[in-house]
Amino acid sequence: MAGGGNPVTPIWDRLLHVCFHGDYEENACFHGDYEEEKEEEEEEEEERGTLDLSPLLNKAMMLQARSWLSRARSFSTVSNNPLRVCVVGSGPAGFYTAEKTLKAHQGAEVDIIDRLPTPFGLVRSGVAPDHPETKIVINQFSRVAQHERCSFFGNVTLGSSISLSDLRELYHVVVLAYGSESDRALGIPGEDLMGIHSAREFVWWYNGHPDCRNLDPDLKSTDTAVILGQGNVALDVARILLRPTSELATTDISSHVLTALEESSIRKVYLVGRRGPVQAACTTKELREVLGIKNLYVHIKEADLVKTPADEEEMKNNRIQRRVHELLSKAAASGSSQPNSGQRELHFVFFRKPDSFLESDERSGHVSGVHVEKTFLKGVGPGKQIAVGTGEFEDLDCGMVLKSIGYKSVPVNGLPFDHNKGVVPNIRGRVVTDPLGDPTQVEIGLYVCGWLKRGPTGIIATNLYCAEETVASISEDLERGVLKSRSSLPKPGREGLLQLLNDRNVRPLTFNAWEKIDSEEKSLGSLRNKPREKLTTWEDLLKAAAMK
Amino acid sequence: MLKELSKGRYLSTSGTGYKRQHWRPLLTLPSETKAFQGSAFQKYRHFSTADAGDTCDEGSERNDTISVTFVDKYGEDQLIQVPIGMSLLEAAHENDIELEGACEGSLACSTCHVIVMDMDYYNKLEDPTDEENDMLDLAFGLTESSRLGCQIVAKPELDGIRVAIPAATRNFAVDGFVPKPH
Repeated sequence: MAGGGNPVTPIWDRLLHVCFHGDYEENACFHGDYEEEKEEEEEEEEERGTLDLSPLLNKAMMLQARSWLSRARSFSTVSNNPLRVCVVGSGPAGFYTAEKTLKAHQGAEVDIIDRLPTPFGLVRSGVAPDHPETKIVINQFSRVAQHERCSFFGNVTLGSSISLSDLRELYHVVVLAYGSESDRALGIPGEDLMGIHSAREFVWWYNGHPDCRNLDPDLKSTDTAVILGQGNVALDVARILLRPTSELATTDISSHVLTALEESSIRKVYLVGRRGPVQAACTTKELREVLGIKNLYVHIKEADLVKTPADEEEMKNNRIQRRVHELLSKAAASGSSQPNSGQRELHFVFFRKPDSFLESDERSGHVSGVHVEKTFLKGVGPGKQIAVGTGEFEDLDCGMVLKSIGYKSVPVNGLPFDHNKGVVPNIRGRVVTDPLGDPTQVEIGLYVCGWLKRGPTGIIATNLYCAEETVASISEDLERGVLKSRSSLPKPGREGLLQLLNDRNVRPLTFNAWEKIDSEEKSLGSLRNKPREKLTTWEDLLKAAAMK
Repeated sequence: MLKELSKGRYLSTSGTGYKRQHWRPLLTLPSETKAFQGSAFQKYRHFSTADAGDTCDEGSERNDTISVTFVDKYGEDQLIQVPIGMSLLEAAHENDIELEGACEGSLACSTCHVIVMDMDYYNKLEDPTDEENDMLDLAFGLTESSRLGCQIVAKPELDGIRVAIPAATRNFAVDGFVPKPH
């Protein structure tokens, strides 16, 4: 697409070594040495056809090249031919990528697209409403979005509004940071029964994500919920179910959710893990919080807390595991042996793996419990133990199940994907063409960051380091000239994107539109003594975005 | 002498303490975060300039600040003067030192992790609270003398402290690739 009108450019492109020193076009140095390019020629098939021409190049052509270069220089200013970067996804991985790119490449233009009208990804729809401090990072991300060389376009969906190949034509660099919007499945009988949800859906529901606005989990037909998993998402979900609603009322939790929680009959929550307290995947802050809920009876079997030598070995070099175990031990020792009447209950259930879901006799198609198998730990390597079934089973009766066993990424057309790991195969953020083939064969100009790159684990700050790595790879590729043949050609970037979206009747929403939504949500919130009242339907979001 | 002192904001002359504006005046805080705005600064101690004694102006300035050296992730030293009562996170930002602060000092992240380079100085700090330890659990490149920059508050005993910003990403930024000289 780009440069197609100038048939000589690929030749000169090969001919004249162009070095980019981080700041891309401004510091571009032009060297006349052809030899340096030879090694790279082998790598780029599409340009191989031009190679044989090289001996034919004469002085006249060199002059032509110079003339092209002087033109290239003249439009190679910041405004005319910047490095154009598109980041897909506006969560922490996307925003940190944008921030690092803007910093590393003076003059680069970065566009962030998101399928939602609202930016910030899981900071908005993942972080629990009672964790407002964690959301403060939105300030930093907003400054990035308002950077003069950065634009945000919401309501643009990769795969339907625009394809990956469109983006790669429009931009020199495309960084996919759209996270994990699906769930791992257990693959056990009864998983489709009513009353079983993924924790992701439940979290999206209480955080007002428009896609789960109507999840409407039934909290009134049962007093018991089983949460499968013991990571931080599981603890968040348990806390939302058990925490006094008066304490949630002043958060940005969606009003319809607050009402549902106020009417909830759930009093007892089981947190079920396949392995023991040493292997629990939660962190200390979240554990401390859930253990500290007012008037909550916490049950942990003392016997489960006994550490084996293998446990000790595993904990030796893991501060979180040591401190989590310590917290659980303290809670087990200090709690009363019986719940008071009316007291809400949290039961930590270790060494149990779900085998199947039980269907209710009274309510057909509805879950009534989880059939679990007892497990023991088996060492499979230094510091690593897995759960193995003992053949002994028991039932946990419940009317609701939340599966918190991990998120999963979803591929788009044209994107190499490792279905086993649920991530895009990559080397330090560079997308590898074939996950089973040559690991050094990468997709030029295509990168990943965040959960799509490394799987659904880690905290917001993990994305900071993840983005640094990806942006370092981009810089390296520019400096090495891997991206050169494309980046020395102008690309349409933002203008082309907006044109294409316009042609397809897709209406992108800018950061300014988000600010209108933001301001509407805040003013609705102030009426209810909340920091914000989220707009939770597409209709309301689009209406607010269109306000004058 | 000091760019931050020239702004004249840190020298409290009253005994009532002070609350500063946020360290990034450009930003508009969403209202949900406002409740936390002050949290980073609650630890500020107020020092009357009278405490500095009756030395000359320069002397009193010196007594109201301490020297802090940040060793950045490339190993470069940056020596700054930090007013008594200010956190190292805020001081870093005032001096354009690259130290992240995602939660702006509200103890909800680990991005302002620094390593105190001398155990003697580390021991002069109050022990980290459970909440700080919970965040340090998640810090990259944690060491025995790691702290959160937002929780280290300048006090006279800390004059001369050196802290390193962990180089979690130094290795892969280079990745064996050396740009050719020109």
